Amino acid sequence: MSKLVSNIKEAIKLTGLKDGMTISFHHHLRNGDMVAVMVLDAICELGIKDLNVNISSVFDTHAPFIEYIRDGVVTGIETDYMGGVVGRAVSEGIMNKPVTFRTHGGRPSDIIRGASPIDVAFIAAPTSDCMGNCTGKTGKSACGSLGYAFADAMYASKTVVITDNLVEYPLVDYSIAENYVDYVVAVEKIGEPSGIVSGTTKITKDPVGLVIADYAARAIDASGLLVDGFSFQTGAGGASLAAAKYLKDIMLKKNVKGSYGLGGITSYMVDMLQCGCFKALYDVQCFDLGAVESIRTNPYHMEVTAAHYASPTAKSSAVDSLDVVILGATEIDTDFNVNVHTDSNGYIMGGSGGHSDTAAGAKMSMIVAPLSRARLPIVVDKVLCKSTPGNTVDVLVTQRGLAVNPLRNDLKDRFKDAGLPVYDIHELKEMAEKLNGVPHKPQLGDKVVANVLYRDGSLLDQIRAVK
Amino acid sequence: MRRSMLFLPGNSPNILLNADFLGSDAIILDLEDAVAPTEKDSARILVRNAITSLGYTREVIVRINPVESPYWQKDLQQIIKVKPDMIMPTKVSCAQDVKIVSDYIGQMEEEYGIPAGTVKMIPLIETALGVENAYEIASADPRVTAIFLGGEDFTADLRCKRTKGGNEIFYARSRMVVAARAAGVDVYDTPWTDVEDYEGLVEDAKFAKSLGFTGKSSISPRHIPFINEVFSPTEEEIQYAKDVFECIEKAKAEGKGVVSLRGKMIDAPIVARARQVLEAAEAIKGGR
Repeated sequence: MSKLVSNIKEAIKLTGLKDGMTISFHHHLRNGDMVAVMVLDAICELGIKDLNVNISSVFDTHAPFIEYIRDGVVTGIETDYMGGVVGRAVSEGIMNKPVTFRTHGGRPSDIIRGASPIDVAFIAAPTSDCMGNCTGKTGKSACGSLGYAFADAMYASKTVVITDNLVEYPLVDYSIAENYVDYVVAVEKIGEPSGIVSGTTKITKDPVGLVIADYAARAIDASGLLVDGFSFQTGAGGASLAAAKYLKDIMLKKNVKGSYGLGGITSYMVDMLQCGCFKALYDVQCFDLGAVESIRTNPYHMEVTAAHYASPTAKSSAVDSLDVVILGATEIDTDFNVNVHTDSNGYIMGGSGGHSDTAAGAKMSMIVAPLSRARLPIVVDKVLCKSTPGNTVDVLVTQRGLAVNPLRNDLKDRFKDAGLPVYDIHELKEMAEKLNGVPHKPQLGDKVVANVLYRDGSLLDQIRAVK
Repeated sequence: MRRSMLFLPGNSPNILLNADFLGSDAIILDLEDAVAPTEKDSARILVRNAITSLGYTREVIVRINPVESPYWQKDLQQIIKVKPDMIMPTKVSCAQDVKIVSDYIGQMEEEYGIPAGTVKMIPLIETALGVENAYEIASADPRVTAIFLGGEDFTADLRCKRTKGGNEIFYARSRMVVAARAAGVDVYDTPWTDVEDYEGLVEDAKFAKSLGFTGKSSISPRHIPFINEVFSPTEEEIQYAKDVFECIEKAKAEGKGVVSLRGKMIDAPIVARARQVLEAAEAIKGGR
């Protein structure tokens, strides 16, 4: 038996892909991904149209999607995140059918429970053997964890592995096993390494970002959660990384032995693991080369599936045991609802990713953001898009001070006792408006261009076209 | 309590907007070296408006251009009316330099109905002549409440290389400290210019503290927490100061004239030092 197919077009033919079906991709190759566009090129040549594309994130490298949408090859998109280039086209109303936004936990949940069936999954694999045992840990396009690809591979009707590093059978230390794989295609190149992972992620040098990070770390220290067994997730943004660095210093000084670090993993989290701040890292996605190296060589740095990471319908997921998560926001309203989907003009430029999953799971969810960005106050009366519900967001940290959700007065008292500057969120909004004025809200059209689903599959909000 | 002073360019709106939150005890809004000649006028207006509208809670110092430049009077015309805490005149080499600026500040205070002497001065001493005249500068005018050593220009004037070890400014540092203390004013150390070298910064700050400097300036917000820590009293110092006062109280109650703590007699300088430590500890309580 051989699963090896000579090229992508042949593999597509063998899967029986037809007009109107759903295909899927993962986003571990991030902005270096060449596979999604490669597959759509082949599909286009075969004359297949009206496809629904379920991709865990859309990056700017996927700009050719716009042409395929115009040509009717792609008529539906389901994703957890959408970068600014495709996002702009969608916001301008290029699609007839609204995009479906899920969370990183909601996506595998819906795939597994059959709410979001996939006909053919195309799995970009930095290394695979001829039977489809594959991994992201090795190969010239190594991306580390393949966490977001598991549900696709396991639950799609047909699964095609596409690799640029075909190795002898059996591949040891595989991530996705051959029993889920129908076909394997070897190509010259699946991704552009410079776009897959950044060489190193760096903490911010922006003094305002450092003040925010300092407050965030001190708030964690004051929260009562920073004790042995502490678990933590933070983003790859400069201020979030700086907060992790400050937190590491506090943990080492106080000799706090944490349990696990979670999420998209950076070198800073690897550093915390190596310093003994955590027993293990649960890694659904690697953000830099340091993380890729670590997941390949350190058995305590473990790959987790997106379902294990954050699925709300799993028997349990790692976000459920999380103590603290640090998250970003484009806007936060006075009810603590957070927007991470659209910019201040209403254009799509992001998505929940794991935002609302971790906010729901963590004992304390913190938003770090400057009080204003480009003269626009970060705190608004009502967010343009509700990405994460306010009842799951506990603290906003800005350079002026912190605002605590009234549902969490316990935290407020602790922060005040620690000498941290605590304000009502309305006060922070007034401070920003005093400096910047009150910006006009963008004029949005009637057409719904995206439905934002909460992690349980319910409709959380709708994004409208820009005028 | 002024441990740290942070230099911030006067022509950067975003920096001015956030100047109050960067952790330094004083902010120095710079109209001199950080601002190109073509931007002097806009920077003055920006700094003036920032002081008026942003409600800074930190001590506000405005660094103006030197008296030999065509800018310093225009700087003061815009700035004095918004009552900064202090003016930092630059390239001050003698008492006369201080008097010229002080007189003009006085004129501005009168013009804007501000009580005479409200705005204080912290002359920036950065020439060989200035260092030699440090005492007369420090005692030249009641507005002068502190003096400040500018190491970069000073070493250029000495025609020697500025090094991390700082041997070339050792004499100037010591002379400045002695002059300031003799005149009864505070004295501030030159910034550490390697932004990434925190270990070097801490060593340099500790050395400055050991010489008698009141605090240290910085050109990087990232240096501020380190400077604040070095120039804050340690837990040990605070405890000792508390013990000193406890001991005095106890001796008073017992009617003893001579007091000793840990085998050492407590005299007036020890009491003064203990008071300074406790006041400093109180001033920075809970702060960054």
